[in-house]
Amino acid sequence: MPLLEVRDLRVRFGGIIALDSVSFDVPDDAIVGLIGPNGAGKTTLFNVISRFYPVERGDLVFRGESLLHERSQNIIRRGIARTFQNVELWPRMTVLDNVLAGYHSRFHTDYLHFVRAGLRLPGTRHMETEARDKALEILRYMGLERVAGHPARGHPFGVLKKIELARALASAPSLLLLDEPAGGLTHEEVDRLAGQLRQIHADFKVTLLIVEHHMNLVMRVSDRVVVLDFGRLIAEGTPREVQTDARVIEAYLGTQQNGAP
Amino acid sequence: MRRLPRVRPELLGLAVIGGIVVLGVPTVTNQFVTFEFAKVAIFAIALMGLNLLTGYSGQISLGNGAFMAVGGYTTAILVQRTGIPYWTTIPVAALVAGGFGFVIGIPALRLTGVYLALATFALALSVPPVLNHYDTFTGGHGGIVMPAVLPPFSLDLSQEQWLYYMDSGIALLLFVFAWGVVRSRTGRAFMAIRDSETAATASGISLAYYKTLAFGLSAAYAGVAGSLLAIATSYLNPDTFGLSLSLALLVGVVIGGLGLDFGAVFGSLFVVWLPYYAEKASGLHIGALSFAGKPDIFYGALLIVILFFAPNGAAGLLQRAWRWYLHRRTAVRSPLPEPVAER
Repeated sequence: MPLLEVRDLRVRFGGIIALDSVSFDVPDDAIVGLIGPNGAGKTTLFNVISRFYPVERGDLVFRGESLLHERSQNIIRRGIARTFQNVELWPRMTVLDNVLAGYHSRFHTDYLHFVRAGLRLPGTRHMETEARDKALEILRYMGLERVAGHPARGHPFGVLKKIELARALASAPSLLLLDEPAGGLTHEEVDRLAGQLRQIHADFKVTLLIVEHHMNLVMRVSDRVVVLDFGRLIAEGTPREVQTDARVIEAYLGTQQNGAP
Repeated sequence: MRRLPRVRPELLGLAVIGGIVVLGVPTVTNQFVTFEFAKVAIFAIALMGLNLLTGYSGQISLGNGAFMAVGGYTTAILVQRTGIPYWTTIPVAALVAGGFGFVIGIPALRLTGVYLALATFALALSVPPVLNHYDTFTGGHGGIVMPAVLPPFSLDLSQEQWLYYMDSGIALLLFVFAWGVVRSRTGRAFMAIRDSETAATASGISLAYYKTLAFGLSAAYAGVAGSLLAIATSYLNPDTFGLSLSLALLVGVVIGGLGLDFGAVFGSLFVVWLPYYAEKASGLHIGALSFAGKPDIFYGALLIVILFFAPNGAAGLLQRAWRWYLHRRTAVRSPLPEPVAER
């Protein structure tokens, strides 16, 4: 059974059809690249999986169960975490607190947690220490331990992206949606990123669905690649298959008639 | 690096000095000053509550005076009607006001920013008329007179001294409680909602639960403050909880330092003492200029000056000074400055 099945998905904003009849699978334990020109609907698809956008038709099936009736705040409890294209951190909280809040969904607790936290009952303190240790472990893994106590604002974009990735990993997801992980990175950093993503995939046993514009990176890191264009799926397959697909080349380069080389 | 907040000896020293000052104030001052410092403790509690709501969870409230009214009237009515000891009404006031705040928090879910400020402003506006209207319960304009509070266990304390110690003790307990909440899963959820609702939702944080919880907690703190104010003054009327009270609370929490633990303490010092010193200053004559009877000029001018030089409030200013001090200390000992663990 695939981890995530996108079935005949249609998303409409007023008169604009952002996704139209999109179907593909994300196999368990794979790295899937999601590419397409600007406006193809890649981030829209992420926002649909996060349940931020409503679906007009079709279904999203995760581990055999539909996600469509899940509230957005519970998606992470199903095992799906994500990052954002333009980074959505909590700038005034420390880096450590950002990662700890990413751990939020893994606390086993109830509505009266705040009372026990205020009274500092041992159970709550124990949970807090445990979470803190795990968060620090992830920060160390990402090479961020030196900034743990600093506010999350004011770091270079590449570091912010790393902090966001650390926060997403803290929830121990089985599917991680990465929206342009190479954004803001230098050439050398992009080169290293492919290895790092493979390492994270292996170390955290997490399936990755990656939206990315760096073709080189996508082709190196992905097991499978899905290509969207104007809200439609135009190709799906191994990196090699996709690279030689006539429709993909057309979507990226334009047709001969349009005067493109 | 395993346990981030190490207690530095400097902090311990400051805490000891602070403790001595807090314990010693009423032994060296007169009754008036002692009573004003009891009010500082009371307002500190109200500001801790407002800080949880506005400072930590980012929801602006111009209506926390209304929650104080609920707490104050709960205590006054219970004492007047049933004659139970005044101190038993304090937790009741917290629960009633907290429940009220929680309910107010539900419609507030749909409002943010300026719109939430306006809606809570309307709440503050409506308090005196509502209290006047239901005068069978509240005594209307005349208010409610309660028996004066006497020190228990025949302690050798004046009434003001007892009020001061009781209110300070409760303020300290509630400060410790808020400190624990802020550094927990709940506190992080508050701040996450303040800084990015999108990221909070994606991280599994329920906006509905934490926003209403912030309102409820904030109102419970305000309820305790209102209850203690009623006990301290042994008299309440609707005008005690007018719009100016709610405005003073918001001014206090901003001047003190939004989203900073000690903001409430500094804020309440300003709320209680700034009008007093503005009044004193209005007696000044500068050349031919006389400001007699116009203390608001000084109040306003001081406010602007403070906001200009300490945009993050008094607590923010001190935090910066503390970081500068730490930075200087560590820079001397090691070439690499350590990250600062505090917020």
